[in-house]
Amino acid sequence: MNFLIRTNWWKWLTMFLLTYTVVGGLLFTVPRLPILNETIRNLHFHVPMWFGMIILFAFSVFHSVKYLSSKDLVQDLFSKELINVGVLFGILGIITGMIWANFTWGEPWSNDPKQNAAAVALLIYFAYMILRGSLSDDHQKARISAIYNIFAFAVLIPLLFILPRLTDSLHPGSGGNPGFNAYDLDSNLRLVFYPAVVGWTFLGSWIAGIMIRVSLYQFKKDSE
Amino acid sequence: MNKFWLTISFLILNIRAFAQEEVEMADQFRGEGKIYVVVAVILIILFGIFFTLIRLDKKITRLEKEVRNKEKE
Repeated sequence: MNFLIRTNWWKWLTMFLLTYTVVGGLLFTVPRLPILNETIRNLHFHVPMWFGMIILFAFSVFHSVKYLSSKDLVQDLFSKELINVGVLFGILGIITGMIWANFTWGEPWSNDPKQNAAAVALLIYFAYMILRGSLSDDHQKARISAIYNIFAFAVLIPLLFILPRLTDSLHPGSGGNPGFNAYDLDSNLRLVFYPAVVGWTFLGSWIAGIMIRVSLYQFKKDSE
Repeated sequence: MNKFWLTISFLILNIRAFAQEEVEMADQFRGEGKIYVVVAVILIILFGIFFTLIRLDKKITRLEKEVRNKEKE
């Protein structure tokens, strides 16, 4: 994912898409749904956090694999910073979710399967950070956290996408609910939602890119 | 056959009735144009974040250049 630190054009796209998301997300007409009412607009802000998190984590796994095959510590830096931003997105997703749930489901935490799974997923990644902090040798740290990262991602997918669908959940797309289909019917939402996902994911990539470059700078300084 | 069409038309009527059911939205808030205040505030915060990101980006680019020039020496 060298484009994160080599290219700039997508940063302009990020700014454009997020501006569009705010304007379109707040002003365009939305379906009048009971319970959700006007909060359906959160779709363009809460849900992209999770999409962004998963894409950043996937990038991170890519670099973990690259580290394991090349033993290049730079790959480990990429992997680490992508996880840092991914976790930030996850935390924002869970907090915004609780605020939204307080309005629609009556309480911030209703032990909804997807909520719990998301919390577990975040704990797994917190453990990743603690694991990194507890190892001092650079190559050992990089190797162990790369392997951990691959397994963490392998657990994340069933946690977020499979297990919550097996039981009843308040989230759409669970317990036989039609997922986004119910909303997808409305082309007005789609018009903003997809650009929002791209915009927020690029924003995460941008922040991660800056963090990677700072880490690389430090890395070069230390190895001088 | 008549029964079939009767059922279908009832179904369609039903769907339409469901769609027109009054769901409370912030119509008045929007009608008064107050939503633009919210849009403006969020956009300004967003632009502030963009501005900071661009500055950070430029700063780290400058540092990278310094390192590269040192390597050449």
